[in-house]
Amino acid sequence: MPSITKPLIPLAPLAKNELGLTIRDYEGAMSTLCAGCGHDSITAAITHAFWELSTPPHRIAKLSGIGCSSKTPTYFVRGAHGFNSAHGRMPPIATGAYAANRELTYIGISGDGDSLSIGLGHMSHAIRRNVKMLYVIENNGVYGLTKGQLSASADIGTRPKKGEANEVAPIDPIMLGLSLGATFLARSFSGDKEQLIPILKAAVAHNGLALIDVISPCVTFNDHEGSTKSYRFMREHEVKEVVTDFVPLRREIHANIPTDGTRVVPMHDGSIVRFRSVPEDYDPHNRSNVEEYIREHQAHGEVVTGLLYVDESAATPHQMGHTPARALAKVPLRELCPGADALAALQEDFR
Amino acid sequence: MEPTVTGAADYYHRVVDCQWACPAHTDVPGYIRLIAQGRFDDAYLLNRESNVFPGVLGRTCDRPCEPACRRGRVDGNPVAICRLKRVTSDLKGDLSGRLPTAPEVKNGKRVALIGAGPSSLTVANDLMPLGYEVSIFERFDRAGGLMRTNIPEFRLPDRVLDEETSVILDMGVDVHYSSPVESLAELLGHGYDAVFVGSGAPKGKELDLPGRWDDPEHVHIGIEWLESVSFEHISQIGSRVLIIGVGNTAMDCCRTSRRLGASDIRVMARRPREYFKASPWELEDAEEEGVLIVVNHAPKRFVLEDGRLVGMEFDVVEWDEGARHSTVTDTVIVPCDDVILAIGQENAFPWIERDLGLEFGEWDMPIVDTTTFMSTRPGVFFGGDAAWGPKNIIWAVAHGHQAAVSIHRYCQGEDVADRPALGMDLVSTKMGMSEWSYSNDYNPSPRQQMTHVELTKRFEALNLEVELGFTAEQTAREAQRCLNCDVQTAFKESLCIECDACIDICPVQCLTITANGTEDDLRTRLSAPSPNRDQPLFVSDRLPQTGRVMVKDENVCVHCGLCAERCPTSAWDMEEFTLEIPYASGVTRIPVRAVGGTK
Repeated sequence: MPSITKPLIPLAPLAKNELGLTIRDYEGAMSTLCAGCGHDSITAAITHAFWELSTPPHRIAKLSGIGCSSKTPTYFVRGAHGFNSAHGRMPPIATGAYAANRELTYIGISGDGDSLSIGLGHMSHAIRRNVKMLYVIENNGVYGLTKGQLSASADIGTRPKKGEANEVAPIDPIMLGLSLGATFLARSFSGDKEQLIPILKAAVAHNGLALIDVISPCVTFNDHEGSTKSYRFMREHEVKEVVTDFVPLRREIHANIPTDGTRVVPMHDGSIVRFRSVPEDYDPHNRSNVEEYIREHQAHGEVVTGLLYVDESAATPHQMGHTPARALAKVPLRELCPGADALAALQEDFR
Repeated sequence: MEPTVTGAADYYHRVVDCQWACPAHTDVPGYIRLIAQGRFDDAYLLNRESNVFPGVLGRTCDRPCEPACRRGRVDGNPVAICRLKRVTSDLKGDLSGRLPTAPEVKNGKRVALIGAGPSSLTVANDLMPLGYEVSIFERFDRAGGLMRTNIPEFRLPDRVLDEETSVILDMGVDVHYSSPVESLAELLGHGYDAVFVGSGAPKGKELDLPGRWDDPEHVHIGIEWLESVSFEHISQIGSRVLIIGVGNTAMDCCRTSRRLGASDIRVMARRPREYFKASPWELEDAEEEGVLIVVNHAPKRFVLEDGRLVGMEFDVVEWDEGARHSTVTDTVIVPCDDVILAIGQENAFPWIERDLGLEFGEWDMPIVDTTTFMSTRPGVFFGGDAAWGPKNIIWAVAHGHQAAVSIHRYCQGEDVADRPALGMDLVSTKMGMSEWSYSNDYNPSPRQQMTHVELTKRFEALNLEVELGFTAEQTAREAQRCLNCDVQTAFKESLCIECDACIDICPVQCLTITANGTEDDLRTRLSAPSPNRDQPLFVSDRLPQTGRVMVKDENVCVHCGLCAERCPTSAWDMEEFTLEIPYASGVTRIPVRAVGGTK
């Protein structure tokens, strides 16, 4: 890890957001990950996204499990709430927190091991329930913390640093999400903040679970020749046909939005997601269409990135449960838990 | 933009703002690191190599390095470079055996230097070790030039000046004191192989207003008056003194007056304060001693009563924006007992015959080549204030070094115009994983304030030095404020995998990976606003994976090395830059790295 803490330099022209905070106010502790880790770039993108959105740090909750990826919440928004749970258990913790307090912005950081192996079941159910949260998978195809064994997201044919090429079929979180009824599915690359930051901002605006699969090269164990999750492979095989702009509600739209080949999706909170350079027949609301598009490119060894699927019409657990608009955590205990007599009266109804 | 060429000395030299701004290109970060290590001898010698008079300059330098210092752009206050220079002089130990010496066997060439000021002494310093027989002709009975006569002892004690002039003169320089040169033709007749004119700008400017000559005893020319005080010909002055002028000489005059018994001292200025020539700290020091600075007063006449000076009449003026044109709003008489004129200095060469092939140009100044310092008469060189009018000590030293190079080449029959170029050396400071041979952390300490002798004691003696120097604690703190701008961020594009780690970690957002463009275009697309166009952009060659370029805005890089620490492929490295300055004796190098650990 670095010899010094990133110093705070009292420069005058450091820009401020609507809350009067600088980007430095959205940083966290110094990263202890390997130098050049893709995860650190994702951390920087998250820092930027929250700063640009002027999200109050204390209205953010960061959740994670175990793994290199799960260490990263420490490295952004030091003023946020946080919960570092057991391996693979980030989604149920997030679900519970969201149930108790729907007013916070939840961001869960997980990895291909944490979410696609040990925590796959938990992730699947959080997707089904459409828990309103950002679900970021920092996907590097290896178990970095245990010295680089291939993970469940490793592609067929990919070679580990030592040993034979992989013959086991990978789990693709986007494909899984499509089949589980996910309402926001995106893929990006840690080395491409221009794409990742607008996706993260759109995910904050999304009414439900926003799953973002970010290919994040492991510089130590998976950045070699023969890897399909290296910086070079991604640069050579990434297909950025789905380019996204995020236009927040508050900001005036200056640019003329071209109508040719552009699709505008209004988000739940009134902001807009704009798809550019999308192929004419691409429909981000149509599951089978999206699936076919991804498969087609996969067959050519290409990785499609961008905001791939979005559905703003689905309900969140709170909407399904008809809970009050304010956080349950703020409902007085007498109201929330009316006591044994009230329970007995309710049970009496069912007799 | 074309890829930045870092292989020649210029680019990295410019990044070291202080060294670039210094006329003598003193290795400031280098000696500050030595101070931080407590290696005061090495720090002094490193200074001396380029500026010859660290003790003198540590007290009196005009400090062009400080306004240039990057720290000033980072937290508003530059590193107290000058004060740290004085520390090296104050705390150095026995340097015998490490100072230059002259060989027993001479090289047969004789050189005459006119004036024993900083430029001539620098020439002697550079030529004596090469075996030259150097003679100096000095009009006063002591060496030092204006350092001796115009800078009062309460700013520069004699012992400091004596020590540093002696090092040079004791190499065996043949000094002729009290020997003003009255004819260059006669001097040339003695068959010297080369002559260097380092006679300064010794003539104070006159203010020929009505009444100027009616009571000449009480109207003084600043530099002459300071000379007389220095040589103890003057030991008192009236109680009310007016100083006309706003330069550093004016400040020395008013503070000296204070010590000679004046109680009501006013510095009278025609223009507003921001147009003063005096260094801000000299103004502050004068005001601290109770000197009143009066602006917007244009002198009109000397007022006399019964043949005795009793005051001066001034037009009170108002200036337009930019202080170009003024309007008189009032006229006042300010009573006084003495007036000191400190409105500038001029060159005067009445002793140079005009038929020697030494041409004079505009303002009756000799025509001197700005690179070789040679006049139109081969073998006659100029430097210091004598060359192009009044500048300051550090410029005189820089001139002296260059003139010495020319004199050496001239005497060896080589072309003086064919000069050795500045060179450079780059050495990695990497000692291991996230480990550097310099202290890379940013220290948020504020600039340390110099302690002065208490006002109640300050005027007890004319030669009582006012500034006490930094304490050990102040020295340690101030040394850590230096940003080590000479430890360069060296980039190898062939190794870069564009992982963005350096960009994300940079505390001042000075790095960007983007598509190449023109400078104007690139400056709009950087990670942080790029307001300072005086600072260069580093632009790499095309990066291997995407063909984009790495751009670094040098403006506020704090050289913390985090980019290099977070780089997985060592595409970034922190490399110590050393400017190799060719002197007459070649590129000399104080062995700072080899002695007692790392630099």
